[in-house]
Amino acid sequence: MWAQITEEAPRFFGYWNLMFLGEALVNTLLLSWLGATIGFAFGFLFAICRHPRLFGVLPLRILATTYVELFRRIPFLVKLMCVFFAFQLSGAQVSLFTMALVTVVLSAAAFAAEIARAGLESIPAPQWDAAEAMNFGRWRVLWTIVLPQSWRVVLPPLFGYTVGFIKSTSIASQIGVMELTYAAKILNTRGFSALLCFGTILLLYFLICWPTKHVGERLERRLATRPVRQGMP
Amino acid sequence: MAFLALDGLTASYGGKADVLSDVSLRFAKGEVVGLIGPSGSGKSSLLRALVGLLKPRAGKVTIGDEVVDYGSRASLRAARDRFAIVFQQYNLFQNMTALRNVAIAPTLVKKRPSAQVEEEARALLTKVGLGAKFNAYPDELSGGQQQRVAIARALALHPDILLLDEVTSALDPELVNEVLDTIRALHADGMTMLIVSHEMAFIREVATTVVFMDQGRVVEVGPPAQIFDAPQSPRLKEFTAKILRH
Repeated sequence: MWAQITEEAPRFFGYWNLMFLGEALVNTLLLSWLGATIGFAFGFLFAICRHPRLFGVLPLRILATTYVELFRRIPFLVKLMCVFFAFQLSGAQVSLFTMALVTVVLSAAAFAAEIARAGLESIPAPQWDAAEAMNFGRWRVLWTIVLPQSWRVVLPPLFGYTVGFIKSTSIASQIGVMELTYAAKILNTRGFSALLCFGTILLLYFLICWPTKHVGERLERRLATRPVRQGMP
Repeated sequence: MAFLALDGLTASYGGKADVLSDVSLRFAKGEVVGLIGPSGSGKSSLLRALVGLLKPRAGKVTIGDEVVDYGSRASLRAARDRFAIVFQQYNLFQNMTALRNVAIAPTLVKKRPSAQVEEEARALLTKVGLGAKFNAYPDELSGGQQQRVAIARALALHPDILLLDEVTSALDPELVNEVLDTIRALHADGMTMLIVSHEMAFIREVATTVVFMDQGRVVEVGPPAQIFDAPQSPRLKEFTAKILRH
């Protein structure tokens, strides 16, 4: 087996294959990072819509809660298929990449909404009371008091999910999106051994997941420099 | 003319039974009002209602010659400008130092120049005995120290009326006096205060008027001598008999 791999390797890591894998890598990164970022922005908006002190409109709260509860419980592949066929039905001319991106956004929004909700709710009501009694507007409370204290709660799971989304994007290969897993499949069908193809993308997945986790940890340290101890009298 | 007048104030939490029913009181400027009564008698709810954290269902509140309309944002803002409230659990902003806690509302909400506010915040913290704790975060302070930061924060707003909600009940007995000394000093400065407290000896000492509440109603109002030594109503007689035995 090793003999076969060493024999294939020079051809496998040739210029065109590397360009091919590079493009797939960029697509995987775009899908996961861009998708997660846009999704998290939406999720944050949902969390605001659901917070009784920020946005008290009941229909909006019900809508946001329904979305979050529904989309967190549907497998990624099912969501992907739904998006795929929805776009087909609508007749819109949309690339497969965009469909996958929309799916990641839909998922990320649902998960982030729940994380952001936990973050917003981690600030006890008495701090809201104090701020309101001092004539703070709700957005000012959010910006100056609630958010700075929420990062601590929000960031670790958020980056955990981002790593999860990087891995989930491999499912997009099912509809033929040119990302890492699909690229490996193609190289495999072109005759390269499976171990070489999938071993290479395994390494690439690890190389993007690892820094993601570290960026998260560094951001966490920077934004939540002061650990808040609980339970002091 | 009364400086603060409450007429038939009635409020409930989310449509449940009234926690305040038909509360009518009037106070003059510079008065120190002690609100006493058993737990759940509506003392804290009364303070929360005054600052609009509990929306009154009926009744009228008048500060000076301004009637507060709790349904109107502008009117509520104006009322909140005149009151400052200190809570039992301090409710300090955990992400800010003591100095920032005191300075933030005057700077951001009242738009006063930050250098001037900071100077005043330092003076206020020094006044409440925390001159060495400007840069401490709430979780680095003891309960008594946090409560004094909360009092300094309230004073930085230059309120016309200071509302103190059981400010000593979450504190160690040793720390209680730190806070009471601060309140005594405010009284000496002529600050109008409404104090909810279970420290009867303290209320008797500083209050000019004592209000006894039970089940959301005002049962008896009078000077401390009357309330504690010659109660008129049977409910207050029963209450004082119990508390004076301890």
